[in-house]
Amino acid sequence: MSDNEVNPARRNFLLKVTGVVGAGGVAGLAVPFVGSWNPSAKALAAGAPIKIDISKLFVGEILGPIPAWRDKPIFIVKRSEQMLEKLNAKNERLADPSSERVQQPTYAKNETRSIRPDVLVLVGLCTHLSCSPKFRPAIAPQEFDPEWAGGFYCPCHGSKFDLAGRVYAGVPAPSNLEVPPHFYESDEVLVIGIDEEIV
Amino acid sequence: MRFLKIFFLLLFPITVAASEAGFPLYEMVPDLRDKASLQRGAKTFMNYCIGCHTLKYQRYKRTAEDLGISESLMLEHLVFDPNTRIGDLIVNKLSADNAKSWFGAIPPDLTLYTKLKGSPNYLYTYLLTFYEDPSRPFGANNLVYENVGMPHALLELQGVQQRKDCKEVARFNPNGSPMRNPVTFEYITRTLCGDELIENGISPLELVQGSGELSDEAYRKVIYDLTNFLYYMGDPSQLERERIGGWVLLFLAFFFVPAYLLGREYKKAFH
Amino acid sequence: MSAIQESFRNIMSWIDDRLPVTEAYEKHLAKYYAPKNLNLWYYFGIFAFVILANQLLTGIWLTMSYVPTGDGAFASIEYIMRDVEYGWMLRYMHSTGASAFFVIVYLHMFRGLMYGSYQNPRELIWILGMLVYVALMAEGFFGYILPWGNMSFWGGQVIVSLVGAIPVIGDSLAVWVRGDFNMSGVTLSRFFALHVVLVPLLLLVLVVLHVLALHEIGSNNPDGVDIKAKTDDQGKPLDGIPFHPYLTVGKLPQIIIFLFLFAAVIFFYPDGGGYLIEHPNYEPANPLKTPELIAPVWYYTPFYSMLRAATFPLFGMDAKFWGMVTMFGAIVVPFILPWLDKSPVKSIRYKGLGSKLFLAIFVIAFFILGYLGTVHPTPVKTLIAQVCTAIYFSYFLLMPWYTSVEKTKPVPERVPH
Repeated sequence: MSDNEVNPARRNFLLKVTGVVGAGGVAGLAVPFVGSWNPSAKALAAGAPIKIDISKLFVGEILGPIPAWRDKPIFIVKRSEQMLEKLNAKNERLADPSSERVQQPTYAKNETRSIRPDVLVLVGLCTHLSCSPKFRPAIAPQEFDPEWAGGFYCPCHGSKFDLAGRVYAGVPAPSNLEVPPHFYESDEVLVIGIDEEIV
Repeated sequence: MRFLKIFFLLLFPITVAASEAGFPLYEMVPDLRDKASLQRGAKTFMNYCIGCHTLKYQRYKRTAEDLGISESLMLEHLVFDPNTRIGDLIVNKLSADNAKSWFGAIPPDLTLYTKLKGSPNYLYTYLLTFYEDPSRPFGANNLVYENVGMPHALLELQGVQQRKDCKEVARFNPNGSPMRNPVTFEYITRTLCGDELIENGISPLELVQGSGELSDEAYRKVIYDLTNFLYYMGDPSQLERERIGGWVLLFLAFFFVPAYLLGREYKKAFH
Repeated sequence: MSAIQESFRNIMSWIDDRLPVTEAYEKHLAKYYAPKNLNLWYYFGIFAFVILANQLLTGIWLTMSYVPTGDGAFASIEYIMRDVEYGWMLRYMHSTGASAFFVIVYLHMFRGLMYGSYQNPRELIWILGMLVYVALMAEGFFGYILPWGNMSFWGGQVIVSLVGAIPVIGDSLAVWVRGDFNMSGVTLSRFFALHVVLVPLLLLVLVVLHVLALHEIGSNNPDGVDIKAKTDDQGKPLDGIPFHPYLTVGKLPQIIIFLFLFAAVIFFYPDGGGYLIEHPNYEPANPLKTPELIAPVWYYTPFYSMLRAATFPLFGMDAKFWGMVTMFGAIVVPFILPWLDKSPVKSIRYKGLGSKLFLAIFVIAFFILGYLGTVHPTPVKTLIAQVCTAIYFSYFLLMPWYTSVEKTKPVPERVPH
């Protein structure tokens, strides 16, 4: 009976089939190992959106203490009328005045880089090497810039940003300060970390 | 009245699995697929238990997801601290010092309680067998956990149970039907006292009718749901685990076929 | 020869000139000849390899999320079970794997007892295997402490206090092992290092030596026939088959059945009814609250029974000391098994009534001891444990006698069909 003789063709075929199914099994086995590297519920919870009460923020001030979202400092500034007037006066000094580079959500790609003109929301990390820039709101000459119109100055390597977080030309930082995803739950409550859900 | 008493005696649940400590435990069969039950259990827990007992190894978010509750509803109705976020662990504000001075001991975390006790039966029976005892600091004692330091947190729902030394118990015919006096048709009973009650699977407790918000049956259901919820809490991935397990076993059975045929080919080479 | 095959040949040639890869592959796999009559009892070695890989892989992954401190350990286990994606699966694969490892190792050792695999010239394979077993017991012990549950604590407490039973130096030694006056986070952290690094390395070295020693002689078989005695004109044993692919790919169906049973437990019965993960371990370690019953995990229970079976002092040493001696003796005595077996034949198939009887009661006694280790001792149970302990030791210590006097059957020259 040929059934008891060695059949190389049959053996090779079965080898291939077993190999393919086995490979599928190995892929399945890899799932828990790869999956366990995803952020855990603890990491997701820590990185979850935060709610900020901005009702007590005074005009011309930055919200302090500086809140953190995903371990990043968040700058929230209530801009004054004067600040807004001066905002787009000297755009030729800026490297990316119309925010072409994607450093902000679409709803912040505008003249004030914000949803509400009076409230600026930024990730407070310099786009050069991630130092935290200082808030320098005074519209007056400064030691680092005789024509200072207010904004942020990074002490590490001298990068400058305006009151919409836009980077000045000729500084080490390559791009505008990042605007995080955010929305206003109400007039007083700002939610940082997530875009507004379109229900 | 007497008829009602005996009626309830006849309905009394059959006790199973005697715990080493004496009072045999009632059996509670959990059902993790009954999400409505789990939700009710969560509600009871948040209303009556979270004040003292934490579920500190579990997060609200996971619980809401598994129970089919939306995050906003969870935060609105089941979480009473406005500063709590959905991703937080389920803790409370009871400090260890306060707990020790008020209760004599820190109320244990309950996340793994049903697993610690081996099955949910202990917890289920425990919550059903609190009784009035003026000699205790909080006026309550418990049949399965003698001299427990916990007050009867669900007293307002269950009402007061009193421990009887002796009870009149229905007698049964060999065919299982209750014995009656052939002339008066009254039920025939006998008196059992102390350990005899427990040996015959009868609870020595008697509920003071109307002293609680809920009927006996309704309260039993609340306790079932609460125990079901805490059973879920002990191992929230159980359903997912069994589902994936089914697929793994199916795959292995399927994989066996070509492997077996291949093995047979190899065997031919040397037999 | 296709282009791919040719490139492969060239690459292998380049490597082989610098590192004997092909030679090793042929020596240990493609041209290593194993007997063709190997049965189910011979598959447990392969299964052990699979489980070892499982423990290493899942263990490493668990280390990524586990916190080895007294304060953080218990919570980190629940973190793995609930917060880490698929963490529950990794945990259960590891805990079930530990028990599966012992089931397989015990069956693997039993095969050795049955077929006389420890006899000359395989004594060193047996000794190395016994060392693997001892290392595995240590690994399991340290591993069980890590969740830092109440049973982890109290089990650790009991076993480390055994060290305290050693006369004169015992108490100081126990403090030294613990690094503290009582089991504590200090002990936990050092046991973590032992469990994750030291003992696994030791295990790997011992397993490699064990397999190398085996390959030097070649495997035994259920009939105890020496397959190397009859070779063909090219030196290949007539009753032998190349290990690869016949006992690797060829045994895939058996491996799948084993994986099926393994997966069934992982996914449907990981607690094992309290035998794989003991109930008291579902609450954190509490030095002030002893569990109702301190029982070690099932794979240690036979030896635990023997420990408890010693109930009377002797020669001025207390029972605790003799218990320790008995328990350690039970692990040490099997090391000299190759020199206790005086039988002219290897396999139980050809040995006499004496060997069969003693092996049978040895197994029964081992199971009874195992069961007794999981329950509270009573006077009757203690007596049974003492009898079974005596049977355990007599299997070994009387072996020189019963293997010499019994009547054996003649062993065939070729593997029977």
